[in-house]
Amino acid sequence: MDSFKKMQGLVAPLDRSNVDTDQIIPKQFLKSIKRTGFGPNLFDEWRYLDHGEPGMDNSGRPLNPDFILNEERYRGASILLARDNFGCGSSREHAPWALLDYGFRVIIAPSFADIFFNNCFKNGILPIILDAATVDKLFADVAENPGYTLDVDLEKQTIVTPDGEAIAFEVDQFRKHCLVNGLDDIGLTLEHVEEIRAYESRRQNEAPWLFQSAENQ
Amino acid sequence: MAGKTLYDKLWDAHVVRQEDDGTCLLYIDRHLVHEVTSPQAFEGLRLANRAPWRVDANLAVPDHNVPTTDRSHGIADPISRIQVQTLDQNCTTFGITEFNMNDPRQGIVHVIGPEQGATLPGMTVVCGDSHTSTHGAFGALAFGIGTSEVEHVLATQCLIQKKAKSLLVSVDGELGRGVTAKDVVLAIIHHIGTAGGTGYAIEFGGSAIQSLSMEGRMTVCNMSIEAGARAGFIGVDDKTIDYVKGRPYAPREEYWEQAVSTWRELHSDADANFDRVVHIKAEDISPFVTWGTSPEMGVPVTAAIPDPGSEPDPVKRDGMVRALTYMGLKAGTPITEIKPDKVFIGSCTNSRIEDLRAAAAIIEGKKVAENIKLAMVVPGSGLVKHQAEQEGLDKIFIDAGFEWREPGCSMCLAMNADRLEPGERCASTSNRNFEGRQGQGGRTHLVSPAMAAAAAVNGHFVDIRETK
Ligand code: SF4
Repeated sequence: MDSFKKMQGLVAPLDRSNVDTDQIIPKQFLKSIKRTGFGPNLFDEWRYLDHGEPGMDNSGRPLNPDFILNEERYRGASILLARDNFGCGSSREHAPWALLDYGFRVIIAPSFADIFFNNCFKNGILPIILDAATVDKLFADVAENPGYTLDVDLEKQTIVTPDGEAIAFEVDQFRKHCLVNGLDDIGLTLEHVEEIRAYESRRQNEAPWLFQSAENQ
Repeated sequence: MAGKTLYDKLWDAHVVRQEDDGTCLLYIDRHLVHEVTSPQAFEGLRLANRAPWRVDANLAVPDHNVPTTDRSHGIADPISRIQVQTLDQNCTTFGITEFNMNDPRQGIVHVIGPEQGATLPGMTVVCGDSHTSTHGAFGALAFGIGTSEVEHVLATQCLIQKKAKSLLVSVDGELGRGVTAKDVVLAIIHHIGTAGGTGYAIEFGGSAIQSLSMEGRMTVCNMSIEAGARAGFIGVDDKTIDYVKGRPYAPREEYWEQAVSTWRELHSDADANFDRVVHIKAEDISPFVTWGTSPEMGVPVTAAIPDPGSEPDPVKRDGMVRALTYMGLKAGTPITEIKPDKVFIGSCTNSRIEDLRAAAAIIEGKKVAENIKLAMVVPGSGLVKHQAEQEGLDKIFIDAGFEWREPGCSMCLAMNADRLEPGERCASTSNRNFEGRQGQGGRTHLVSPAMAAAAAVNGHFVDIRETK
């Protein structure tokens, strides 16, 4: 996983709540057995006027002029400003893969769905929770100021606006550590092999049925 | 000292190691695998030269992509076919038990786990699927994970987790006639909202929950994620134990008594404290129908579509307006005037034998209404299908004009060929009514199996309490 320390990025606003993972990346693209290449189909049903299928050449598809990310001024955005309960619905990690592949590294919202929130950290995306009033203000500022960018510093846990105003944010320290250092969870867990084995042998005594396989296979 | 909640008990029994900040390494007893969220995880294992930690803790089945029509010629869509074949190959390579597409035990992952006894009380159960909460009906800690975590469980048999807060949703009293588990959970979501359970693990309790069968409890726990909670569970009682007994993966004879005595402890202590408690009166719950594009947008069947104009919160109001436009509905329309084009009875929420019996009881001797273009029943597993056929339910459905299909996820998410066309309206027993969920432009109304069946034979939604 790529490490994340700090970045400056253009902000794109997606002003609706309960954006679900079916919208972020529709089901037909989940048939892929790869981790990459989902960016062109991010928000597919909102972004294009026709129906998308895997394997299509997306460059020639008709864009929906009413969809905000299609506006010229948001081209190249790497920070997504969103509303409540962003990423609700399925556990598909294809959702953060698609956001990342499109170019988003930071998502700011008043709240996120749990599984999605967790999946972001595993893929080098930083989801930031800010209170609703601050998010409202950011929406207004982005709308008024074309080219609106934010500086996000994970180590210092601050976001700095173009006027120099610093907004602090909270982040779980373990997740921050992993993200800042680009650490792979599996590698970390495998440092505790002995403890896992000790747990298993204790458990095997207490609850041996958890370690049997099916009766009639 | 206060007693422990069921959540505390399940959590504590699985902590391998705990950091000072509360981050835990949690041991996973059962890992269920399906074709959509696993290929990249197996690929990751291969790239890192890792082997599964404990092969026998895994059980795999293809369900999302499989056709529900004749399978003897394989899968027509080449991309779906590759995904299912990739699962087959990965299971063969790594030695994981798989019920392949043509195995009589194949079915939706959340139906087959309990059916096989692979889901047991007291277990931690995970799967790369958000509806893994279903298994919580057995007094298990069960939750959905992403693909990175699938790989993590495969490689280490553990997950890095922080404990959530605890929420007790207590439904007390007696459910009225025609009010099912599905209506209970839709009413709960309507009450607490789709983000109401975010950050919480939900325990469902109260006399109305206890009165539900295991199938009904699975329906309730299944939709925990629709209320924002990763996990939802119910304490163990005799029904739980009776259901598990004799299933292929249930504890062997020599362990049975020991297992049962441990399971009897799996309920919250009387003096346990929850971070939040919600009370709902069973008598207040009616058969529910969703009208919008979020599971919280539901009303009793006797009501009319709400007016966004009376919603004070502007973000919510916008959401309602957008949902009504998408759904092609007007505020004030009585629910019973809404006419579906298609009816889908299936999904991990409502495709078990009890669900099929409830639907069959409504349609017996009747015909699907003229305006319904397609009514289909997709049993949750090969074994459910077989049992239904033994009971003659297939004939009832077929005689009424329903299609009787092979098991799988089907039109719950339309990854296979079963889907809505743009603008089509569906009475569906599934769990999500998001835009495009059942096919691009498709319009979903979530209901119970009995309500879906009644809509099929009447051509519009009806209050099943007023039918026979
Ligand atoms: S039936 Fe629907 S909700 Fe359940 S696992 Fe399949 S796709 Fe997911």
